[in-house]
Formats: sequence, structure tokens, C-alpha cells
Amino acid sequence: MSEPSGAAVVIIGGGVTGLSAGWWLARAGVDVLVLERGIVGWEASGRNGGGATHVYSPFGLEEQRLWPQMDDLLGYPTEYQPRRIGVALTEPQWALARRWAEIGEMRGFRWESLDRRQLKELVPIVGDNAIGGTYLHFGGHANPQRTVQAYAWALQDHGGRILQHTTVTGFTVRGGRVTAVETTRGPFGADTVVIAAGPQTGLFADMLGVALPLAPARVEMIATEPIPLMPTGGVAGNGLYGRQTLRGNLVYGGGPHEWVNVPDMAAPEHPNSPLVRNLARRLAELFPGAAHVRLIRSWGGVVENTPDGLPVIDRLSDPDNVVLATMSSVGFGLSPAAGRGISELVLHGRCLFADLAALALRRFADTPPDWRERAGWVVADARLAETR
Amino acid sequence: MSRRVNEERPGFPGALRALGGVGGHVGAPHVIDARSLTGKAARPDRHVPLVVVGAGPAGVAAAVEAARAGVEVLLVDEHPVDNDMMAMDVPLYFGGRMQPAVRNRSLMLERVVESNPALAAAAEAGVDVQVGTYVWAAFVPGPTFRELDGPLLGLADERRSWLVGYERLIVAAGARDVVLGFPGWERAGVMGAHAAAALLTRYRALAARRMVVLGSGEVGLRTAALAVKHGVEVAAIVEVADAVRGDDKAARALADAGVPILTSHTVREARGRTGEVESVVLVSVDGEAKPITGTEREIACDTVCLALGLAPSVELLALAGARLRFSSALGGWVPEIDGSMRTSAAGVFAAGDCAGVHGGRLGDADLARSQGRLAGLAAAESLGALRPAALSALRASAAVPAAAGAEVHGHWRAWLRSLIQAGGWDVNVCQCEEVTRRELVETRPPRYLAWDSAPMSARNLGTLLRDGPINQDQIKRLTRAGMGPCQSRRCREQVGLLLAEATATPVERIPLPTFRPPIRPLPLNVLWPADEPPAMREDWVSWFGIPTQFSPHWEAGMAIDEPTAHGRLIVSEE
Repeated sequence: MSEPSGAAVVIIGGGVTGLSAGWWLARAGVDVLVLERGIVGWEASGRNGGGATHVYSPFGLEEQRLWPQMDDLLGYPTEYQPRRIGVALTEPQWALARRWAEIGEMRGFRWESLDRRQLKELVPIVGDNAIGGTYLHFGGHANPQRTVQAYAWALQDHGGRILQHTTVTGFTVRGGRVTAVETTRGPFGADTVVIAAGPQTGLFADMLGVALPLAPARVEMIATEPIPLMPTGGVAGNGLYGRQTLRGNLVYGGGPHEWVNVPDMAAPEHPNSPLVRNLARRLAELFPGAAHVRLIRSWGGVVENTPDGLPVIDRLSDPDNVVLATMSSVGFGLSPAAGRGISELVLHGRCLFADLAALALRRFADTPPDWRERAGWVVADARLAETR
Repeated sequence: MSRRVNEERPGFPGALRALGGVGGHVGAPHVIDARSLTGKAARPDRHVPLVVVGAGPAGVAAAVEAARAGVEVLLVDEHPVDNDMMAMDVPLYFGGRMQPAVRNRSLMLERVVESNPALAAAAEAGVDVQVGTYVWAAFVPGPTFRELDGPLLGLADERRSWLVGYERLIVAAGARDVVLGFPGWERAGVMGAHAAAALLTRYRALAARRMVVLGSGEVGLRTAALAVKHGVEVAAIVEVADAVRGDDKAARALADAGVPILTSHTVREARGRTGEVESVVLVSVDGEAKPITGTEREIACDTVCLALGLAPSVELLALAGARLRFSSALGGWVPEIDGSMRTSAAGVFAAGDCAGVHGGRLGDADLARSQGRLAGLAAAESLGALRPAALSALRASAAVPAAAGAEVHGHWRAWLRSLIQAGGWDVNVCQCEEVTRRELVETRPPRYLAWDSAPMSARNLGTLLRDGPINQDQIKRLTRAGMGPCQSRRCREQVGLLLAEATATPVERIPLPTFRPPIRPLPLNVLWPADEPPAMREDWVSWFGIPTQFSPHWEAGMAIDEPTAHGRLIVSEE
């Protein structure tokens, strides 16, 4: 193996956003290097609900256009499955499901309202507690673990490089530009740097003197043993997000999160809590026909949010060769489009297929440093220490 | 303390600006994110100073020792496990060889208690003994989990689950059979020695008439002797090595009882016309563990008992935060322990087989008892129930004999090599997910995806190895080996051994795949809590509940919020 060397574009973070951006760049013939602290897609990118229905986003139309092609474009399976069903157990839940559908309709997508009987035909495990639902002829879901690996492999197939187990420790800045990324394996020269490091993106921004308000939080999911495949696996509701996998497992998350800190570059722990029991209850309420099904696994992940919950995808002005990319806890489904947008920011200075003005960093120019405290988005200990 | 739930003003910029100036903001009320876990953390249904998990010799000794010192002790044991759990080969590899009687729960409870007189002694010593109780999780506060006052165990029986807080935890969870596959090992009747012993002695419900035992170490010989004693015919003991590995005397006694011992042999196939084992085909092997064609012999049997060795059951220890280390002589991954059976996790002790299977012996009761006593004493002392001087005096009487054991993985590797050469690569390594040895080392996507592409075919363990050290969790995600309902109990060791073999990596360098709760596969309607704090239900949202997070970008500022139990639905213009 030759000595590791720099690249035209160095991407910090081998999560789904960085890998997708790297893959789009590599496809365009750009010399790209992804630096990953651990294993690709190991954190939230490979631990999420796999949903691919985000038509509200500036990336939404491109997300919907790209997902059905991703298996072919990547050359590896993502397990993408089209369409979504929303199940409502209460009137407010139904109103929310319809609201989601209507947002799609505003973008030109079709949907139908389902009564209980229709719902039960499509999703045999729903019960008499369901009052109705929605059938979306858009959206879908995919397997996060398989997809992140697909991005990584496809990126390599196009000549891009990935260095795993390589932690970024700092930057060399000269003449208003980052000239090299410093790591535990030495410096890597770069013409452009993309920072897509999940919860740690803010720490890297900070090293460059840029304030990016991010609050990390721990969230949890559960998975059951496989049950017979339903015609549409993308079924959710009752305050849960998730899907039935192609293997048949019911994989769902939702409910309260815990705000945490990730003070250094170490991989955060993501334990489960007794919340798995509450998730089990919500899932059994959603699918009474599956209440007897066994839970075989649970896991946690750490995701980051900006104050308004929207991504920051922006090219900095100083240093002027850095792109910041955080998807604010909603990154997996949008990744095909977000990665493409980031690649265009790198190559053309702007996203050609969508207006990303709403995702610019400047909207947080007035955000006070203690915004987390003011929003109550704080770590338990910090809160207790203050109230004492 | 002033606390206010941040209902109306979640943390988006508009709201932040509404809060007023940045500087001099002293004495601001402390807002709480109503959608967060704050104030909703589960409370234990009960708190016990010491919980002991596992009522084998180690666990009972620990519980009794601590109770005698005046500590309130809860001793839990999952046996008798119900039939459905057994059918999934949890916690032991029962291989479908249970008699229908295991469905009779009260009868099984009776037998399990009857077969373990020490349980009655423990109850007399004041220990609260709960059998038929699963421990499915340990929850421990940590840097990213602060919304918990202290460590908790998740417990369950066949109907409900509950949480128990503890100050000290002694894990005496025993060990599990090491399983290696061969063609036909999916048939009912292929089982583990530890499970066979449990069904014979504790449940008195082993449905086996004629058994072939694989392995002639202590586990194999002891299992064969136990089977003979209980009237099960042992048709053969099979050993891949060229000599019996266990105690000579025990082997001679079995030979005298008419049990054939076939050394330098391996298994080619387990056969049967239906899903049951009806015979096993054995074949001689040469010095390289390579089968010699023409030496096959078919032996009629209804049970093939894998007695290759034991792996410590460390899943609960791992969840409780105990650091593990690799020691082949102790059966693989074991907790780091000090002279008082303390693990690296505060307040957590390990005793008996789960702390290391000494010399591969099946439940060395004396050693387990000594370790249990020590752990019980040390736990009692750490709770202030014993003076340190009293502890050292007692410790002397409970001294753990130095364990001299040989490494075991070389032997398991010899078995694996012989089984690969005799049975080929198209043998399931993971039964739950139907992943073959070939599919594992070629890191193929699961068959149900019916995926085929040139780039995918070019990827395998070798290409992964170029990107970094082999990680069993990563391979698991790609191939699904180990992701089924048995929670990798039947494949964990063979996947590790195969990955080591295929990549020429020492097996101790293959990291153990992670354990996640629940460590027993329990139904949703058993795990669910009977009631929830009102805030848990009322403020439940699927994601963070940030009103602007999912608002349509073309209607900037329009908020969309999830309904809660209050019936709240905010679809408002900012």
C-alpha cells in the first residue's frame, strides 16, 4: 500500500452524507478522500429508520427522483422499497398523516385516504384501534447499513479513497484557505474540504473559528424477529417511524431523546435505556396483530440538531474552501440528493438543482451562545448543576 | 428550583429571539424540552442491594454468603424457560429435543426446584429466590445516558417485565455450548451438551433414545456418562483428534459400558427423511483433519450432541459495563476480574462458568462455588455488611484454586477444518438467517435480495480486509449472519472462527460482536410496561418535535408539529 496522500477534495466523516458527497464527486472524476474515525456508516448513518420520504425539503424532489435508481447507480443493493402507509389511531394522528400526504400533493405526488378496512387489507397486523390511514404513492425506505456500505464501495469503484480508523485532529490554514487536514495518520493536503462529521461537525467548525450551533442527542430503536412480509413495508404511525425490512423484521424508533454532549472526537457511546419497553408498547399498539412478536434487538445512535432542525449545507467564506454539511438528524433518506448538492457546492460553488438558501449558516448569526440552555436542549448533569 | 416546560417556545431561532437579549440574562427560568427524556426515566419497580443472576453452584453460593452477612439478596434464575424459548435454542442449544412435558410449566417449576436443593437452602438463608425469571437487560448510566439514577436490570417472566435497581450485581450466568455446523445440522436432534445436561437433570425431559456425542473432552465424556446413566444409549463418541482428550479413567469407564469412542473422525452429514435426525454419517480423518474417502460409516441415532466445548455467557456482563478480554484457556471472551471476582464495572462481580470455563469442564461445581462465595463475600463487604478483616478470614476459606487450562480454540479450529473439508462450504453457519460459510466469507448480500452485480461479486472478505481490520458486526450487517432470533447463540463462535480462518487472523483479533438488549428474545406484550408516566404518553413524538424540522421549504416558517395525547396539532403560520 502506498503512503496515504492528500486529495483534491478531502471529506471529513464517512457517514451517509459524506459518503454520498464523495461518491458523487468520484463519479464526476474528482480525486476524493474520505477520512473516517471508525468504520464507514457506523454511527447514526447506519442506525436509523431508513425512511426516504422528505418531500418538504429543498432536496425532496431530487430525493424522490434518485431513490428508485440508487441500486443501479451504485451497483450494490440498498433494499430501497417505494411507497408509504400512514396508520392513525387517533384523530390528531390522522390529521398529521394527511398533512404529510398533502405536503407531497403540493409537490405533485399522489396519495389516497384509507379507511380501516382498506388499511387492514394492506397491513394485516393493524387492529380495530386504527381509525384510518394514508397511502402515499411516493416516498419509501431502504436499508441504512447496506446503503452506507454501497456508497463506500461505489465511491471506491470510481477511484475515490476511504481511510477508516483515521481521526482528524485539526487543520492547516494558509492565506484564508485550509491547505491540509491534520489527522492521527499525518496531514492530508486538500484543495477543498467537506466537513460532514455528524455531531462533531460543530467542533470542526469551531476549530476554523466558525460558530455552527449543534446539539447532539441520543435516540433509540428496536427490532423484532421476522414476520411474514407485508405488501408494503413502509408502514408507520402512532408516534413511531420505521419499516418492515425485506427480511420481515419490524424496525421502529420514536419517543423521547436525551440531549448529550460529545466533548471530544471519540466515538460516543449509544446505550439503550428502558425506553425500549415503551417503544415495544407503542409498536404493539400500532400493530396489535404483532403484539406477540419477539423483540430481538435494540440499539441507540447519537444525532445532531440545529436550532431549527434544518440542515446546514453551506460553503464558508473564510476559509473559503470549506463546505459544512450537517443534516440535522434527518440525513439518511435525503442522502442521495444531499450528497449531490454538496458535490455541486464543491464543484460549482452552488447547488444547481435546488435552492439551498434556507440551509445557509447565516440564519444562525444571531443565535446566542447559550441557545441550548434557553431551548432546554441540555444534558441532564448540566441542568442539575445550574439549578442547584 | 424553577422549571418550566418549553411547550410554546421550542428552540428554533424565532423563539430564541423572542427570549430577548443575550447578555446579562441572569436568573432565566430553566426550560425543559418536553419531548426529551427528562423527567421520564423509568423508575425501578423494586430496589435491592444485591442481585445475583443465575442459581447454579456459583450463584447460590454467592447469594447465601451475602445473605448470611446480612445483605438483602435477590437471586434470579431463568429456568425453567418456557417451551417457545427452548424451541428457539435460547438460552441453550436445545435442538428440539424437549419432551412435550416442558409445556407443563408448573411441573417444570417443580422439577427445576427439586433438582437444585441448594435453592431451598438459599431461601432458608433469607435469599429471595425467583426462578423462571429472565434477565433481559442491564441499563447503566453513562456519559450519554444520564437520565437514570442508578443501574437497573430488566427482568421478565412469561407474562410481564419489570425493572429492578441494584447496588451490587453478581453475574453467575454460566456458559453455552460452542456450536459448529455440518450438513443437516438444522434437523431436530442436533443439540448442545449443556442443553442435554439441563434437559436430563433439571427438566427430566430429554427426548433422546440414541445419541452420538461429538467431542471427547471433559464435556463430551461427562455428557456421555450422564446420558448412559439416564438410560440414553450412546452410539458413539466422536473425536477429531487422534486421541481421547478427556480423563482416561472416564473414557475407560464409558468404553467398558460399551460406548464406542471413534478418534480421528469427523461428521460428514446428519441425515433424516423428515426434519428429524435419523442417522449421522462419520468419516475418518488424517493427521491434517482431512477426511479419508471410503471410510464413511452411517450410525443410526436420533440425537447428535455437540460437546466440543463451552463459551462463557458474557452478554449480561457486557451490558452491565464489564470489560472483556480474550483467554482461550477460559473459553474465549471473559470478564476481566480481580482476586475478589470484581469486574471492571463498578459494583459488578462475575462467578462460575461465565467468568471463564476452566479447562473446558462442564460446570466445575467446586470451583464455581468457591468463586461464588468469594464474590458474595466481596459484595457484602463492599456494602459494609462485613468488616474487611472478616472478609480476609473468610476469603482464605473460599480461596479459588489456580486454574491450569490449555487453550481450546486450536481444537475448535481442528473440528471446523475437518467439518469444512467433510461437508464443504455450502453449509449454513447461521441457521436463523440461512447464511452459508461461503456466503459469509464472500460477504454476499442475503439470498432473499436475489442481488447479482459485477461490483458486488468483486467484493469479499479480502477486499474488506484492505479497508481495515475485520469487524464481526460489520460482516453481520452485510451478510446477516448472527442477526436472527437465537441472537447468534448458535453461530457466534463459528462465525468468529471462520472469519479468523478465512482471513488468517488470530481469533482473538476478531472483535466480539456487540450485545444489545433484550438479551433474551421476549414478546412485545411481555416487555411493554403495564403503565407509563403520564409525560411519557402525553409528550411522545416520533422525532424531536421541532416544529420547523419538517415544514415545507416553500412555505418558510410554517410549523408542523406532531400530535400528542393532549390531542395537540400545531399547523401554524409563524
